[in-house]
Amino acid sequence: MAGQIEEKHMQALTNRSKEVSRKPMSFMEQLYLPAILKGMAITFSHIFKKQPTIRYPEQKRPFSPVFRGLHVLNRDEEGRERCTACGLCAVACPAEAITMEAAERLPGEENKYREEKYAARYEINMLRCIFCGLCEEACPKDAIYLSETFAPANFTRKGFIYGKNELLIPDPVTEPEAYQKARGLKEPTTASQN
Amino acid sequence: MSTTEILFFFLTALAIFSAIMVLVSKNPVHSVLWLIAVFFAISGHYILLNAQFLAIVNLIVYAGAIMVLFLFVIMLMNLNAETEPQKHIWMKLAGAISGGCFLMMLVSLVRQASELNGKTALMAEGNIGLIKNLGKALFSDYVVPFEITSVLFLSAMVGAVVIGKK
Amino acid sequence: MTLLAIDWILLIEKLVLIAIIVFASLGIALYTTFAERKVAAILQDRPGPNRAGPFGLFQPFADGLKLIMKEEIIPNTANRSLFILGPGLAMTAALMTCAVIPWSSHVELFGRNIELQIADINIGILYVFGVVSLGVYGIMIGGWASNNKFSLMAALRAASQAISYELAMGLALIAVLMVSGSLSLKTIVDQQMEPGRLWNVAYQPLGFLIFFICAMAECNRTPFDLPEAENELNFGYHQEYSSMKLGFYLFSEYVNMIMSSAIMACLYFGGFDIPFLNETTLAPNLAAILGVLALLTKIVIFIFIFMWIRWTIPRFRYDQLMNLGWKKLIPLALLNMLVTGAVILYLQG
Repeated sequence: MAGQIEEKHMQALTNRSKEVSRKPMSFMEQLYLPAILKGMAITFSHIFKKQPTIRYPEQKRPFSPVFRGLHVLNRDEEGRERCTACGLCAVACPAEAITMEAAERLPGEENKYREEKYAARYEINMLRCIFCGLCEEACPKDAIYLSETFAPANFTRKGFIYGKNELLIPDPVTEPEAYQKARGLKEPTTASQN
Repeated sequence: MSTTEILFFFLTALAIFSAIMVLVSKNPVHSVLWLIAVFFAISGHYILLNAQFLAIVNLIVYAGAIMVLFLFVIMLMNLNAETEPQKHIWMKLAGAISGGCFLMMLVSLVRQASELNGKTALMAEGNIGLIKNLGKALFSDYVVPFEITSVLFLSAMVGAVVIGKK
Repeated sequence: MTLLAIDWILLIEKLVLIAIIVFASLGIALYTTFAERKVAAILQDRPGPNRAGPFGLFQPFADGLKLIMKEEIIPNTANRSLFILGPGLAMTAALMTCAVIPWSSHVELFGRNIELQIADINIGILYVFGVVSLGVYGIMIGGWASNNKFSLMAALRAASQAISYELAMGLALIAVLMVSGSLSLKTIVDQQMEPGRLWNVAYQPLGFLIFFICAMAECNRTPFDLPEAENELNFGYHQEYSSMKLGFYLFSEYVNMIMSSAIMACLYFGGFDIPFLNETTLAPNLAAILGVLALLTKIVIFIFIFMWIRWTIPRFRYDQLMNLGWKKLIPLALLNMLVTGAVILYLQG
């Protein structure tokens, strides 16, 4: 009884709900054929509709401006690595995906490393990374930023631990084309300052 | 030996071999399939006798419908070689004797029949098995038995529906 | 040339014709699988297979190669001989139908008058019927020999469905035979080709509709694909099959589709008749080639309709299937037969 009363006073949340019709079918409806023909007309009309498919390897979808993809270790205009292995990115990383080893710059290496200290080893575990972009925000030297690509598939887990080889951007002085390509459309957020 | 004769002996051998296999097979499903092979061989004989209509009706009705239902039932009952009941030796003997008597009777009847004396089967000639002649015969000479048979079929159908409704 | 009292040239001619027709049917069936996927894609606003070759045209070969390369598995508990026999039977029965289909009128080649029909037997349409009723054995034997309860259930479903719809199909057929007065497919087509006579579908619209629905059920096409209803029976009667044996089952469905399209075209749509054209005014060879093209066009249209229906209508429930077959189609077909008979008697007398 209580249920019935409640039902009576129950308000519909939307006006989209429809009451199920329990009427016996009319003769035309019992034939089914008009309904079937109507359905076939609908499917036929889809022949002329535009296909929303994007043919992936040939066509690519533009990324959103806030897309955060694979990390890039940045260089400055002279092609020197910006990273000083301060470890702020590793601290900021909520997934603890970043590890690094620092080393001191030796005399004669000034054209390779911008600061006196640099990252001898810099690894990001792409299986752990959640692509939150906090490392990019934490970096005081604009040495790391998230690009517009994503990690390609790999056969082993080991292959997803990206070292400096994979992460470092090509040298803008020696290979300007590769550098431009790797930089992508998106500017490193604050690279022009500093 | 003409082509018809080669075909005749081939079909005969096939029919007899399949018929033996129907009896010999332990698995009922195999028996049914061999029986279908027998029907095919018999249909081949009908075609040799220039009775294509009878041949194809034999296939449609027996191989296509009745044996499908047979197979249906056997598959549902899930009979295996192991579940076959072992019959008593006396039962087997009685079966063999009665079957032998029946065979003897058939052979003696065929041998005594005067119409068949000194005649060979018509090969690829004669046209009583063609649909036109068959239809004419059924609806003129044999119209009463034919209609009575159809009434019999109708009553069988009604009976099946009545049993099914219970 | 009368060794063993056989006309050897005729034999060779027929063998060549059989080879051409069988391989052509298989080739068309190959591309029907491709067309099925393409039609499905287009009706669902997507491009469909487009990677193998231009427009994906080599896709069927890739599919075939994949099926052949797959491991051949025969279950331990299966009945080995019948398990192998099943797909072969299904395929044979599907291909046997093409023997009586008149693909076109005759061609004159090397001074011989070659009929483009393997056998013009005077009971042609009954032969088709007999072969169709045998097609169910392939499914039943395969399903039973798999020794799998889903396969068995699917096989039983297939058998009961085939038997139920064969009845209505036969009754619809009888009405056509009343109109044409012949069982030979060639004669039925020739009658429809006569100038001033409409195609049989004009005289038998209801009969055609019933025949079409039953043909769909006989081919196990959606909405009648209960024997392979994935959500109830996993994969149906070919669940235990792999490699090309599975390929044979899948393929025989398409061959069946082509054959039933050809039969429907011959019975109701004038076979190789080209509308509004008197073929006798053309050279016989040209008329024959045009006739083949006309029949193929009709077959393609029918196949498209089959596919169009498949990608529109969901599958029937089992009781709905039986109700439609026994309580709707058979009475309708009987009524159609009765009315046809009455009209013919009225016109004659």
